[in-house]
Amino acid sequence: MEALITTIIQPLVDHPEDVIVTENEESNKIVYHLTVHPDDVGKVIGKNGRIAKSIRTVVYAIGSDEKKRIYLDIM
Amino acid sequence: MKQVTASGQTLDDAIQSALEQLNMSKDRVDIEVIDEGKKGMFGIFGAKRAIVKVSIKEDPIEQAGNYLKEITRSFADDIQIEIKQEQNNVTFDLSGEKIAMVIGKRGQTLNAIQHLVQVMLNRHSTDFYRIVVDAEGYRARREETLKQLANRLADKAIKIKRNVTLEPMPSYERKVIHSMLQDNPKVETHSDGSDPNRFVVIKPILKK
Repeated sequence: MEALITTIIQPLVDHPEDVIVTENEESNKIVYHLTVHPDDVGKVIGKNGRIAKSIRTVVYAIGSDEKKRIYLDIM
Repeated sequence: MKQVTASGQTLDDAIQSALEQLNMSKDRVDIEVIDEGKKGMFGIFGAKRAIVKVSIKEDPIEQAGNYLKEITRSFADDIQIEIKQEQNNVTFDLSGEKIAMVIGKRGQTLNAIQHLVQVMLNRHSTDFYRIVVDAEGYRARREETLKQLANRLADKAIKIKRNVTLEPMPSYERKVIHSMLQDNPKVETHSDGSDPNRFVVIKPILKK
C-alpha cells in the first residue's frame, strides 16, 4: 500500500526522492502519513484540494478490501 | 531513461549502430554527438572514430499509460488499457474483470484516476492534452442515463411549475444535461454553486 501511494505521488512532484509514506496502525484504522518536499506541497494538494481529493478517492477505493478503515494524512 | 553510446567510422555509422542496439527508429530518439570523428590521412593515420550518445525519447502518452497501469494494477492484475489519440484528445479505455471497482460509485473513482492522469501527463509534456479515462463504455452509458434523467426532470419541472435541482456533477456531465435540454422550449437550464459542488438547475418557462 505504501508503495502504491508512492507510485501515485512520484510522477506529480519535482522531487520524487523526497516522497515519504509511513504506515501507522491504530485500533480500528490504518493511517498513512505522506510527506513531500516543501516545494511540492502545492502539487499534491492542488487548487481547492482537488488533487488531494483525487488521491484520497483512489487510495480509499483500493483500500476498500481491507477490514480496517484507512486514512491518508497529507503533510 | 534508456540510452547507449556507440562509435563508428563515420557519424552515420555510429548513429546506425546505436539505433540497432536500442532497436528503435531514428524519429523516436534524441541524438547527442560527442565526437564527429576524423577521416585521417588515407583513412589510416590520425583517424578518429565518431562517437554519439543516443537516448530513447520519452513519449508522454506512453508514460501516462504506464502510470495508469501502475494504479489499476492495485485493483486487479488483468486490466487492459487501450490508448486512442486524436490530436490533443487522448482516450484510455480500460477493461477487465473487476472493472466495477475501478469505476466506483457514479464513476467517482474513475473520475479521480482521470484527474490524476491528466495532471501527470500535462506536467510531463509541453503540449496540453485533454484526456478521458473510460472503462468498458462507461462514459457512453452514463451519457445515456444523464440524457434520460434530463428529460424526466424537465417534465417534472414543467408539471410542478418549480425549479428542479440536480445533484452535483463534474463539468462534462453537466454539459450533457445542458445540451440535451437546449432545444426544449419549455425549460431553461443553468448551473449554480461552485466546483466540485456545482449542479444544474432546470427552470420551467411559465406562460404569463
